[in-house]
Amino acid sequence: MRIALLKPSPLPGFAPALGAALLWLGVLVLIPLAALVWRASGLGLSGLLSIASQPRVAAALKLSFGLSFLAAMLNVGLGGVVAWVLTRYEFPGRRLLDAAVDLPFALPTAVAGVALTAVYAPNGWIGGPLDALGLKVAFTPLGIFVALVFIGLPFMVRSVEPVLAEVEPETEEASATLGASRLRTIFQVVLPPLAPAFLTGFALALARAVGEYGSVVFISGNIPFVSEIAPLLIVVRLEEFDEAGATAVATIMLALSFALLLIINLVQARVRRRTGHA
Amino acid sequence: MLEAPLHIQRDRDALAEAPALRRALIGFAVAVLALFLFLPLATVFIEAFGKGAAGFVDALSDPETRSSIKLTLIVAAICVPINTALGVAAAWAVARFEFAGKSALVTLIDLPFSVSPVIAGLCCVLLFGARGLFGPQLASHGIEVIFAVPGIVLATLFVTFPFVARELIPLMQQQGSDDEQAALTLGASGWRMFLTVTLPNIKWGLLAGVLLCNARAMGEFGAVAVVSGHVRGATNTMPLQVEALYNDYDMVGAFAVAALLALLALVTLVVKTILEWRFAGELALRRRT
Repeated sequence: MRIALLKPSPLPGFAPALGAALLWLGVLVLIPLAALVWRASGLGLSGLLSIASQPRVAAALKLSFGLSFLAAMLNVGLGGVVAWVLTRYEFPGRRLLDAAVDLPFALPTAVAGVALTAVYAPNGWIGGPLDALGLKVAFTPLGIFVALVFIGLPFMVRSVEPVLAEVEPETEEASATLGASRLRTIFQVVLPPLAPAFLTGFALALARAVGEYGSVVFISGNIPFVSEIAPLLIVVRLEEFDEAGATAVATIMLALSFALLLIINLVQARVRRRTGHA
Repeated sequence: MLEAPLHIQRDRDALAEAPALRRALIGFAVAVLALFLFLPLATVFIEAFGKGAAGFVDALSDPETRSSIKLTLIVAAICVPINTALGVAAAWAVARFEFAGKSALVTLIDLPFSVSPVIAGLCCVLLFGARGLFGPQLASHGIEVIFAVPGIVLATLFVTFPFVARELIPLMQQQGSDDEQAALTLGASGWRMFLTVTLPNIKWGLLAGVLLCNARAMGEFGAVAVVSGHVRGATNTMPLQVEALYNDYDMVGAFAVAALLALLALVTLVVKTILEWRFAGELALRRRT
């Protein structure tokens, strides 16, 4: 039995290491998540669906998933260009910029939230000029979008960068030798093998954006039906001591995100098979 | 100037972007990062010093702010060592052994990253809240978890769980176990092998993981916001204190605390970047985040 489950190894410590990891994982992650599923099952599928179809809940879910999707889409472009510039070009300050890409990872979300709000508020450095043009960013859904692009950008850049760096220059030279223009080389030779990396970045940015709270609540304005994201609605329900409502929103959010990630993984498997890149 | 012969001159149009396009792309990337990353960061420090250095120092000597700094340090001091030790254990099991269910374990280790921090906090409430699974029993013994420090620690442990293991697993897989097997062959005990071979091999990756874990532990907002109860001077961590002061329209106060957290993020980034530049070979080449 043991032989079938564990490949023999001369190294010691497997049982205690795995045991400790599993115990901790169970206590810390699995039991809490099981508590959520248990509470949700108490509501039943019909209970969940009736809460999901409440107008305020539906509006929050639509806003969260819609904006997260759009932000991840924009990050495909922004992150793609940033990754391209950082891997392909040599220019002063390149390494500094490369390091700075991780800033949204490292910066506490509450700090990002108040900082983005200050920048994009009507009296802020960017919000001011935009406000003069009649475009309000902070305290509108557009502000949420800006925050979600902010936190998603590093996921895209860091997913694409290493794969882009590994593209063999020979393939580009071959393409050029065969008479392709630079643009055609980029779109038909360089970019296709990068599709899985872009999808990975997209999935990571999307998953993070859907659940994001700290960097959004300050800039969003938090108006029900307009700029109230799903995680905030969970907090609101908890503050009303409506644990069932909070549980329902959380369960629906998790189910939707996992379904989305599953779809992205399936698409990715297809893309990989087609392009032949692992 | 003489042009290079045609067969030597690289065909710029075919192999690289035109200089103008290249400059435009660089300019665009720089502008995106400047507007998106540097501007908000600069704002934090400018607002924090809006009333000069004295205002900044004043804001940080507020007793409630002091208490939030202390609480944040305590929470990090509890969570980081625990999750470091467990992260090393998980990485050892995953990177050094082949066993059934390994990929499932790796997926589960990453799970906290794909769960909203707010949901992590909610799970803690469902377990230990006044009407939670274990809440009433614990309350009858006088133990408070939710709206108290244990709940904050628990929520922080949840969200910081993956950092160390994630940093170590690819690194240790890349390094292989030859050094460790040699140590064992030469008669070292398991612990001796770990302390004299494994640990020195992974130390820089471990440091990077610990730094990221610490940055998240000190900066976590969503999960902690749900369980803390926002009692000023008692259960407000630094990020929660930022929110409280911000909602009071005490901008200098809020941004002074935010500046401390931003400084922590910058130090984390700088050290991590230096580690990546100097010890690229000893760290997994690029995190596959």
